[in-house]
Amino acid sequence: MTIWDQILSALRAAVPAAAPLLYGTLGEVTAERSGVVNLGMEGMMLMGAVVAFAVTQATGNVWLALLAAALIGALMGLIHAFATISLRVNQVVAGLALTMIGTGISGIMGKRFIGMPPRVQLKPVPIPILSDIPVIGPILFNHDVLVYIALLMVPLMWFLFYKTRWGVSLRSVGEDPATADAMGVNVFRVRYLAVTFGGLMAGIGGAYLPIVYTPAWIEGMTAGAGWIVIALTIFSMWDPARALLGAYLFGGVRILQYRLQKLGVSPPLLNTLPFVFTILVLLISAGETMRKRLGAPAALMKPYAREER
Amino acid sequence: MAEPSLAVEMRGIVKRFPGVLANDHVNLAVRTGEVHALLGENGAGKTTLMNILYGIYHPDEGEIFVKGKHVRIHSPSDAIRLGIGMVHQQFRLVPSHTVAENVVLGLPRPFFFPERAARQKLREFAQKYGLEVDPDARIWQLSAGEQQRVEIVKALYRGADILILDEPTSMLTPQEIRELMATVRRMAAEGKTVIFITHKLDEVFAASDRVTVLRQGKVVATLETSQTDKRELARLMVGRDVLFRLEKKPVTLGPTVLEVKNLHVRGDRGQMAVKGVSFHIAAGEILGIAGVAGNGQRELAEALAGLRPAVKGHVFLKGKDVTNQPPRVLARSGVCYVPAERPVGTVPNLSVAENLVLKAYDQSPFCNGIFLDPEAIANHADRLIAEYGVATPSRETPLKLLSGGNIQRAILARETSCAPSLLIAVHPTSGLDVGATEYIRQTLLAQREQGTAVLLVSEDLEEILQLSDRIAVMYGGEIMGILPAEQADLETIGLMMAGIHREVA
Amino acid sequence: MNWVSIRLEKRLDTPRWLNAVTPVLSVLAALVFIAVLFYILGVNPLVAYRRIFMGAFGSLYGLSETLTKAIPLILCGAGLAISFRARVYNIGAEGQLLVGAIAATWVALFVPGIPDPLRLPAMFVAGALAGALWALIPGLLKAKLRQDEVLTSLMLVYIASELVNHLVYGPWKGAQEWGFPYTDKFPPSAIIPHLGTTRIHYPTLIIAVLAAILAYYFIQRTRWGFEIRVTGENPEAARYAGMNYLRTVLLVIGISGALAGIAGVGEVAGIHGRLRYPQGISPGYGFTAIIVAWLARLNPLAVLLTGFLISGLLVGGDAIQLALNLPAATVHLFNGVILLFVLSGDLFTRYRVRIEFPARMAPAVAVRPGVEVKE
Repeated sequence: MTIWDQILSALRAAVPAAAPLLYGTLGEVTAERSGVVNLGMEGMMLMGAVVAFAVTQATGNVWLALLAAALIGALMGLIHAFATISLRVNQVVAGLALTMIGTGISGIMGKRFIGMPPRVQLKPVPIPILSDIPVIGPILFNHDVLVYIALLMVPLMWFLFYKTRWGVSLRSVGEDPATADAMGVNVFRVRYLAVTFGGLMAGIGGAYLPIVYTPAWIEGMTAGAGWIVIALTIFSMWDPARALLGAYLFGGVRILQYRLQKLGVSPPLLNTLPFVFTILVLLISAGETMRKRLGAPAALMKPYAREER
Repeated sequence: MAEPSLAVEMRGIVKRFPGVLANDHVNLAVRTGEVHALLGENGAGKTTLMNILYGIYHPDEGEIFVKGKHVRIHSPSDAIRLGIGMVHQQFRLVPSHTVAENVVLGLPRPFFFPERAARQKLREFAQKYGLEVDPDARIWQLSAGEQQRVEIVKALYRGADILILDEPTSMLTPQEIRELMATVRRMAAEGKTVIFITHKLDEVFAASDRVTVLRQGKVVATLETSQTDKRELARLMVGRDVLFRLEKKPVTLGPTVLEVKNLHVRGDRGQMAVKGVSFHIAAGEILGIAGVAGNGQRELAEALAGLRPAVKGHVFLKGKDVTNQPPRVLARSGVCYVPAERPVGTVPNLSVAENLVLKAYDQSPFCNGIFLDPEAIANHADRLIAEYGVATPSRETPLKLLSGGNIQRAILARETSCAPSLLIAVHPTSGLDVGATEYIRQTLLAQREQGTAVLLVSEDLEEILQLSDRIAVMYGGEIMGILPAEQADLETIGLMMAGIHREVA
Repeated sequence: MNWVSIRLEKRLDTPRWLNAVTPVLSVLAALVFIAVLFYILGVNPLVAYRRIFMGAFGSLYGLSETLTKAIPLILCGAGLAISFRARVYNIGAEGQLLVGAIAATWVALFVPGIPDPLRLPAMFVAGALAGALWALIPGLLKAKLRQDEVLTSLMLVYIASELVNHLVYGPWKGAQEWGFPYTDKFPPSAIIPHLGTTRIHYPTLIIAVLAAILAYYFIQRTRWGFEIRVTGENPEAARYAGMNYLRTVLLVIGISGALAGIAGVGEVAGIHGRLRYPQGISPGYGFTAIIVAWLARLNPLAVLLTGFLISGLLVGGDAIQLALNLPAATVHLFNGVILLFVLSGDLFTRYRVRIEFPARMAPAVAVRPGVEVKE
């Protein structure tokens, strides 16, 4: 293989590697835009993964598996929403608890699937004409459907965020819930929906691993993908378009660790890059103006309660 | 005689809050197409009345007619449907969003962001009323005046033809105030009805057709603006009876303790809140600062206590320049501070005893080296509780369980027990009952007799008149004048509070 | 959501009994919930619970293991209690523990010329310093740049963990350790002595118990402790009283980092005798310590008790792995559910909960700007 071939194959491999990160990040960006941090991502992705694999084995239907994964993710998102929005539990600790729970349950549920191949898996579907374009074709247009859906979700969500009433409501709730409330936006409903949607996306992102990417069930197979999602959300500065960029960058890092190892680059150090980058982004964006332009939603991690007189 | 058509009529409105009668059988009639000023001091019930009209509060008694129809307004959405819009004193804008996004926020339709429609409407309002705003600007980039225009546009976008402005000029520069007044006149000329709440006489005369004066929850008068004058309105606004008299012993003044020269301080939003204030206080003297809240008093007090940086000017304490010294240094030099908001000066979950050493915890005898001395802290607490009559089950009781009056006694005990040379007290009796109020006032007088220089900031004119040796009135970040107490009468002070200058005495 | 409204009214005062009873009831409710989950997942909960209890407390061996694993939990938990008291949410104790372990390993293996009797003390000092410095990064970001410490301290956990991986797979990989991601064994002078045949590395245990007791007196009886309590309860009042916010933040996060670092030293020098891959050194002690601190209501003395009990859960969890063929991750399920229930239980101590079925909804618009509660 020439160097050129190597680069091409790395670029091609980064696309599916990024897909679960992209699903998770789009979900987390939505939740955080509404003002709720969800550190349960890792647990929700694991639950999505194990449930998807279980349903695949039971029914042989990948689409049912995806649906089930989405539902279990949404359910966990709903639990997080209930705890943090209605019960006003500390968002950080509630999320950590959900990650622990997801890790535990997926471990127990998945025990009997260890070492099994999935009964069916999603095959790449080359897009006619587009996949024949040299260079770009094989990199972008010869993947499974879930990759395409993830890619399509980026412009869709960008449009929803910035060009629709929902988007304005969502962002206002995360920035200034009191004002949003005063203007007739139902803060609680928006937050519930956003956090539940975040869980749903985590479920799908997790499902991608055992039924497409790996494909098999391995205990703890997300291997920190949920935490990278948290980092990516900050890295992308809560924007779906930048989330795409970040997901492919960080997905690329995951691919590169196997390839660069031969060249003597330490894979663990490469793995720290997403987190190091994220802290750097936080450093750069600390100034007052940057914070207002790009910073975290102002009401992030703050429970909202109407003041009663 | 044909009655001019009424946009709003409120009859016999009564609104009670725990312990307060905010509106006491208020009648208000606002004509279609007029600019109607609601004049009164803080706490006169103006904002409450307008919040009732806007559906935020529900009246305990009374009826409301809008455009001749008897209505019940349950919520702001009801008010909006009736064509009523309100611009609150604190803007309801999402700082990081664009103007256009803020204008459409919360509208039930359409689903897609109505980019073009919004722009067109904004242009239309700009032409018609002079409400220029850039739809793509983000709120945090705008000045207070521009933000206010966005708020007005928001109301107009929702179809308001009756517009309520709550203290609309409190954050504005003089230039912006002139623009606002022009806009208000143009809106009235186009047939809109404008009600604006104010305590400033200049504005009443600059923009309004008629004025209703409220005092202590009651309507005192409704007048044609052209047929009254500032003197009459000032008297109507502040005239009241004094409840009780305190004995004030003559005290010979000592040397000057505090001298403030040309002090400039910024407020929370970065605007200049104190603009070149100068005064001095001698030992054994109480300088009262009167004025409606929000005219820079809080920022002035915080700057003197070291909690807010001075941008320009100097503060001298007993001749020493202490400008921008940290709070700890000032406290050690004898500056004690009773803040306006009680929660600022206390830790509600800590015990009474711990709250009593909040500032002195790291000094002997309460602390040896690094260790606190619980016994010394307890003794200190017992002594102050007895001396200042703080009613508490025990010194270990969390402070939050005490009544407001007793919390204030505890704060005063802490702040005055160390024989301060300067005591700054901001709204020390607000929200307290008569007994606690009298006790607090006597404590301030006792401090004066002990030779403390006292800076008393209060909205309560009666308190200012009773306690002060000299009275300064703050308005728009400036001191309008300083009078010896014996020369001060309600009318003069009322004029100054409403922004009329007076020579420094 | 509009048919039922759950209203929370802030309690002015929480009765003492409620404060004491709530965590106990919360844990019981969590155990019932887990039992139901176990049942659904096809595990007999009664058998599992008996095994857990017997595994942790039913034998001398079990008790000694429980005590061993309580050491890092108490160290991290006591530090977090101090930090959380000041409302500095350092959740990166796991990372601080790992860098403590790295520093100890460095002193044990790569610093020549330390006399034998001083080697262990030097390791403890190095571990404490490393943990403190690692924790100061989010501390400085919070106090200087107002960046939230929760996310930055969490990021640093993963960086620390990958650093350990890098070292044990790369430059520090042991010469005698064929293929395993371990460093070489520590020299005997760098091994913490054990109590008899148990794995209880008692010097660290003594440090842990002392740390918890001192932490309690530090908070209750020193001027810095007073500043921590005031800052945590009401930052406005701290500013008003002229307290130094930067110093308080750095102090609490530094202490919690140092204690976590010491825990890391204990694990590598007291248990493993070398640096291993991160999950081998700590199965998430730093995260579990969050539960320990929370259950103890941020009282370092109570951390001694809650640390011991949660450690029992870890040890018992190991026992059912073998007996009931469950994965190691089962323990996380316990931790997570207990944490969630304890947090939710706190609600009843902070608020009175009123459930209403209103005929008509309250006005859709807030009367005044809402309050945001920073927990």
